Parts: sequence; structure tokens; C-alpha cells
Amino acid sequence: MDDLYREVIIEHYKNPAYKGHLDPHDYAFEDSNPLCGDHIEITLRVDGNGNVAEAAFDGHGCAISQASADLLIESIIGKPVEDIKSFNRQHVLDLLGIELGPVRLKCALLSLKVLKGGLYGLGDTLEEA
Amino acid sequence: MTINVSEIRAQFPILQREVRPGVPLVYLDSTATAQKPLAVIAAMDDFYRRSNANIHRGVHTLAEESTALYEDARAKIAGFLHAASPRQVIYTRNTTESINLVAYSWARATLKAGDLVILTEMEHHSNLVPWQILQAERGIRLEFVPVTENGLLDLEVYRQLLAQSPKLVAFTHMSNVLGTINPAAEMIRLAHQAGAVTLLDGAQSVPHFAVDVQALDVDFLAFSAHKMVGPTGIGVLYGKRELLEAMPPFLGGGDMIREVHLRSFKPNALPYKFEAGTPAIAEAVGFGAAVDYLTGIGMEAIAAHEHAITEYALERLEEIPGVKVFGPEASHKGGVAAFTLDCAHPHDVAQILDQDGVAVRAGHHCAQPLHEKFNIPATTRASFYLYSTKDEVDKLVDGIYKVKQYFG
Ligand SMILES: Cc1ncc(COP(=O)(O)O)c(C=O)c1O
Repeated sequence: MDDLYREVIIEHYKNPAYKGHLDPHDYAFEDSNPLCGDHIEITLRVDGNGNVAEAAFDGHGCAISQASADLLIESIIGKPVEDIKSFNRQHVLDLLGIELGPVRLKCALLSLKVLKGGLYGLGDTLEEA
Repeated sequence: MTINVSEIRAQFPILQREVRPGVPLVYLDSTATAQKPLAVIAAMDDFYRRSNANIHRGVHTLAEESTALYEDARAKIAGFLHAASPRQVIYTRNTTESINLVAYSWARATLKAGDLVILTEMEHHSNLVPWQILQAERGIRLEFVPVTENGLLDLEVYRQLLAQSPKLVAFTHMSNVLGTINPAAEMIRLAHQAGAVTLLDGAQSVPHFAVDVQALDVDFLAFSAHKMVGPTGIGVLYGKRELLEAMPPFLGGGDMIREVHLRSFKPNALPYKFEAGTPAIAEAVGFGAAVDYLTGIGMEAIAAHEHAITEYALERLEEIPGVKVFGPEASHKGGVAAFTLDCAHPHDVAQILDQDGVAVRAGHHCAQPLHEKFNIPATTRASFYLYSTKDEVDKLVDGIYKVKQYFG
């Protein structure tokens, strides 16, 4: 267990650095996991060079979904939007540093699904992720 | 009346297993599905080894045997429910299909635009969605008996709704989240006075306490074998004879017909009219064995045992700071404890409990509107059955303290 609830996950869950809502923003996306009710909203500001200047997430859910959102946001700040479009599930799993079964994988990947869905203007990109 | 829990546990092979080396299973998810005793497993195994054949077709020995076993099980179930006749016991796949059978056959033949159907706010999705589909298709009206803060149905509002001449009142006998045992006999009596037909979702009641369809005077009762120590894939719709006789068939095909011509058919008699195609035969045999098993122990004794465990669980859970248990006090409640913990999400609670072998469910338990009502996305649910012990409740409580160490 101790793996699944590594300190870094509990820490990002309890004290997220990027929780909030940016206003104004250039992009806003949201989605939820109907099975467990986890909900994530992501807002972004992009600078003139197409890099993410600022980003934040809001929402509620289990430690895995919320910590992965905080870690994901941290990892995209300063990055070109075009690069972020190619982030995949391994990127999120590397951030979390844990192995997950199929049920919890959905929790972990919700923020990536929201982010990519928004950037691509698509509803559901989980399959490609 | 008491039961010997260690003797009972010895009858359930799965309860002997370890989830991981050195970590025994603490199964607290019987509301989702119950574990199976040897008697049920053996009956199905024996059926496949000795008697397997299709039923109602053919005169060879095996066909005779399997047909007799399939019908014996039906008779046992009828006896278990105190039904007047086994013909009123229709095999379905599960509670959900039983409710849909009423919605597709009885309701589509009976209800017109504007007709009122009364449901409650504590229904499982399986007693909501079929009626929502019918609402979209037919324009029937749906009203809901509210759930009070302490998890009971608001019977005052129920009486007011009955004054609007509903055609159907469909409600759960026992909530799979709050554990609330609703006053079914009284609610059915009032519904009949108002001229309504009644449908009782017995998914959680039939497995846990004695249900007498004639004493309740209920028109339809739906339940599943898998929640009462029987197999998955089979359930029952009980119905009053006049209603079932008058209803059009639901699914068409083999077995449900008396005669078929190229352009017409005559439906079979009850209960076969509603049993199209080859049914779950081995499962019916297992279902019969489950009924025998529960009857052998006694439903009163089972209910008393679960009540004692539930009382103990509520007491222990409520002493944990940050835990909030939903639903009424033990006197109005079956063996279900759904709770929230202030510092952790139900998913995380369930995951950490699983590390100690404690199997609970996290989510909205197919009762999303009820969770919306209480303004929570999800709960963690522990549920109890005849094989549950106080020791298992203690393990649950220890696990919750462990969660608090992580998140507190
Ligand atoms: C109250 C209630 N109704 C209906 C159902 C649906 O049962 P099944 O999935 O066997 O159709 C359940 C099972 O979760 C239940 O608890």
C-alpha cells in the first residue's frame, strides 16, 4: 500500500500547489469520471510563444486523481502547448511513480484526459492516451 | 434464536481464502453480491456432471431430470415467498430484468401519457431508469417520495402523492445504501386504497429477512439469486396471477409459445409466457439449493444475527472522529453501513482497507440521486450477512484508523 500512497501523493493531495481557477484564461476544460464522481477542471494561460504561462486545476475526488492533477499541472508549466498534446499515460504514471490497476488508472488519468481533450478540442482522448 | 457463525463460515470456501499471503479475506460487500456455500456450488456442479440437458424439450431421461430440477427450484422459491402458486414465480436474469419486465410488459400495456408513477429518492438505478425510459416514450409522470435527513421515507408526502391517483407505486423494500427497511405492508395498503398497482424491489429484503408476498399483498416483487447466496444470472419476478395473466409477453421466442405459425403465435401459459429461450437451468438448480440453505438456517435467525452485527458496527463506526454514517438507526435498518470519512475520499478508504483484506465498496452504489440528495459524490459501504462477525467489524474499524494515519 505504502507504494500506492507514497508520501508525494499524499502531499500533493493535501497541499496542492496548483489548485484554483484562472480568470481570465485562454483555455478551460472539465470532465468527470462517472463511476466515482471524480471531477477535474483545468484552466490555462498561454504566452505569445505558445507556451503554457500559468495553469491551475479545480475539482474533487480521490487522492490519486487530485494528486495526479497537481503533478500534471506542475509538469506542463512553461512547456509548449504542441508538446503537451503528445503527453501519454506513461507521463502521468511516471509522475506518480506507482503501478495502478484498471480501476484506479481511470482516477489517475482523468486530469490528462481533461487536458488533452481540451487542447485537441475533443471530448474523449483517453483511448489515445 | 442464534446461529453458529463459525459453522456457517466453514460452509463458504471463499471465506477461507487469503487475499494475499497471510492476509485473510474480510468480506464486507454482500450487498453487492453474497458469497456461495458449498451446497449451492455442489448442486450446480452435480447438475452439470449428472443431469445437464435442455428443459421442456425431449423425453429422454436427462431432459426429464433437468426439467424436474428446474421446476423443483421454482416450487422452493414459491414456498420461500409464501406465493400461492409456483406459476407466479417467473425466472429472469436478475432484479433489473424483473423490473424491466414489468416496465415493458405491464406498464406499456397499461400506462398512458399523464399517468402518475410514484417512486422514491432512495431507489437503485434499476428502479429509476426503466421508468425514465417510459417517461420519455409515453409521457408518464414521475413523482418521488422524499428521503428525510435521517434516511427514512417521508410518508406524509407519500400520502399527498397518493391523492393524485397514481397508477403504479414502485419502491425498494430495503435501501442498498442507507439500509432503511421501508414499511412495505403499510405503503402497499395505502397504494391499493389509492387504486395503484405496487412493485417492490426486494433485491435487499428477500435475502435478509422473511418476505411473505401474500401478507404484504404486493402485486409485483423483484429480486436476484446472487444476493441470497445463489448464483449470478438468475432472478425472479413474482406477480399476482390476474396481472400476469393479462400481461402481454415480454421477449418472444422458444418456450414462451403454445403454438407458432408463420404469421402468428399463441403464448404459453404462466410462467412460461415470460421465459423465452433456454433459461439459466443450472443457475435455477443453484437458486433452489440457496433457498434450501437459507431456510435450513432460518430467515428469522439470519435477520437477528445481522441486526446484532449492524448494531455493533454502528456503535464502533460512530465512535471514530470524522466518520459519518448515513441512514437511520439500527432499529430501522438492515445490515448496511455507508459512511464518509472527513479526511479521505471513499476510493482511498476502500483501497487502504483492501490492503488488510477488508473488501468494502466505494462509490455511489447505483444510487446517484440519493448521494446528490445528501450532497456527497460517494460513500464507503460495508455490508453484512449471515457469515459476518464482530471480529470483521473490528478489522474494518482498525483499517479506518489506518486511513486516518495516512490522511489525517
Ligand atoms: C436495492 C437494489 N435494487 C436492485 C438491484 C439490482 O440488482 P441486480 O444487479 O441483481 O439486477 C440492487 C443490486 O445492487 C439493489 O441493491
